[in-house]
Amino acid sequence: MIAAIFRLPWFWSWFGAVLMVVAIIAVSGGAAGAGVVSAALLFGSFFVIVAIGQMLVITTGPGNVDLSIPSSMTLVATVAMKVMDGSDGMILVGLLLALVLGILIGSANYLVIRLLNIPPIIATLSTSFIYQSLAIWYNRGLRIKPPEALGDFATGKILGLPYLAIATIMLAAIMHVVLRRTVYGQSVLAIGQNARAARLAGINVNRVRYLTYTLCAVFSAICGFFLAAFSGGAALNMGEEYLLASIAVVVIGGTSVAGGFSNVPGLWGAALFMFLLVTMLNTFGLGAGPRLILTGLIIIGVILAASGRDR
Amino acid sequence: MRDIINPRLFRTLLPAVSLAILLAAIFYIQPRAMSYFGLNLMLNLAIPIALATIAQMFILCVNDLDLSIGSYVSLMACIAATLLQETPLLGILAIAGCIAVYAALGALIQLRNLPSIVVTLGMSFVWLGIAVMLLPTPGGEAPGWIRSLMTLKPAYVPFPIIASIVIALVVHIALMKSSYGVVLRGAGGNARAVERSGWSMVRIKATMFALAGFFGALSGIALVGLTTSADANIALRYTLLSIAGVILGGGEFVGGRVSPIGAVIGAITLTLTGSFLSFLRLNPDWQIGAQGAILIIVLALRVLINRLEARK
Repeated sequence: MIAAIFRLPWFWSWFGAVLMVVAIIAVSGGAAGAGVVSAALLFGSFFVIVAIGQMLVITTGPGNVDLSIPSSMTLVATVAMKVMDGSDGMILVGLLLALVLGILIGSANYLVIRLLNIPPIIATLSTSFIYQSLAIWYNRGLRIKPPEALGDFATGKILGLPYLAIATIMLAAIMHVVLRRTVYGQSVLAIGQNARAARLAGINVNRVRYLTYTLCAVFSAICGFFLAAFSGGAALNMGEEYLLASIAVVVIGGTSVAGGFSNVPGLWGAALFMFLLVTMLNTFGLGAGPRLILTGLIIIGVILAASGRDR
Repeated sequence: MRDIINPRLFRTLLPAVSLAILLAAIFYIQPRAMSYFGLNLMLNLAIPIALATIAQMFILCVNDLDLSIGSYVSLMACIAATLLQETPLLGILAIAGCIAVYAALGALIQLRNLPSIVVTLGMSFVWLGIAVMLLPTPGGEAPGWIRSLMTLKPAYVPFPIIASIVIALVVHIALMKSSYGVVLRGAGGNARAVERSGWSMVRIKATMFALAGFFGALSGIALVGLTTSADANIALRYTLLSIAGVILGGGEFVGGRVSPIGAVIGAITLTLTGSFLSFLRLNPDWQIGAQGAILIIVLALRVLINRLEARK
């Protein structure tokens, strides 16, 4: 029974997250603990949104990683903030625009992958360079404030629970069901396990992969949109940490890097763990250097432990 | 027409042709660039990028990917500007230690069958952390001998060109012509076959990663020689640039198909994109975008050539 719990793919990330909370409360007291958990839920939401997309992409098999997430986030956020121009009446337009841009970016990514017949890593690397340039060119160093109502939503809370966290938990629940219960979700898993077998079984592999890359870009767009709303505007380096974070959250969350096996609950555990780990190291008064080193070693430790796990 | 152009030959020459076209365009727009001083200025920064690209090429050759090379080169630059300058022996030991870590990573990835993307992703945090501890704020000073090496002004041919040719040829001879080089590349093509014939895959991976660590160290040292001081984020963009350089130079993502000469040419092409845009008086904002566009164009040309070959 206990051994069965240990083998659950999401167990270790949640275990780590809980451990961090306990450590933080032990050091700085319960009141601080509650604040930290609320902050972790908020920042964890941003990680989880991009990680869901990255998870779908990684699940479709080895070599599938979307490196364009940070630049897509930045480009979408920049354009959306500029179009909304701080006016509350434009929020819906801005959100729709962000979603459309996400679909366009995902389509462009898959077009390059298909037409050039190259590994997705290289394709998304090349396109990310272009998105980044577009964002720099469009932005012109301006930082436009998000509409007030949008900013209020992104920073707002109810009973200590951030609105964004509630929305992201719902999103994660929906994606969990999509993966488990829909034809699309099962196709993603099947392609990751054996693309040839999936094709012979009548799955339209190209369509599923196209949908996956588009979904990933749409999630990046949503994340960029709300991150800019939360942090008072789009910045050119806003997406920077999300490339590594998205991959790390997916892997720590128990999704197989080799593809064919994914886990949504683990994403939340891993996102909380990653944020709380940094917070805990901060509370212990560690500088940026040791904090980075420990983060890196823990990522490697998790993948080492996971390699011994039979799934 | 189709009989005259041999697709395979054209594919081999594609990296060089792309570079030649780019250079011709630069010289056409700005004839003054076609001078000793102009070339020196344009190509200086190509040396560390070429070395980092070679490092990435060793990793790609065994079907792995190094997402940490940028932060590793940054760390090497920091070590060169601090330890290597103040206490040379300690500096050399530190660099050797880091190369040993690279070798150990290669062995670990092979032994436990780990995904290199995740391991090197974790290592990128570690390297960056050490660099931040070593140099919390930008600073340090390049050792005099590195500085004088990187600012050499040989007669007739600018130093960056000589350095690029030497790097490309040395690695080409070692990896493409030597018998052990064939084994190393074979490990990327068919690991099982290489293992069956008695070679240790663990040792091969460790060797390839150590070589990457060695060339990454050279890249960091060369970079510091040019910039004279270092900081922890100095070379972070090299991670993506080096992957792009290998692919641009004709390397394939799997199967041990790489080309050292191509990789150096790819790195130079990416470096020159920046100069090209500034000569066009285009906004430097587009530099990264142009690098992406060149990558896509060259890859598209390669697909065309492959199609041509298949039709024959």
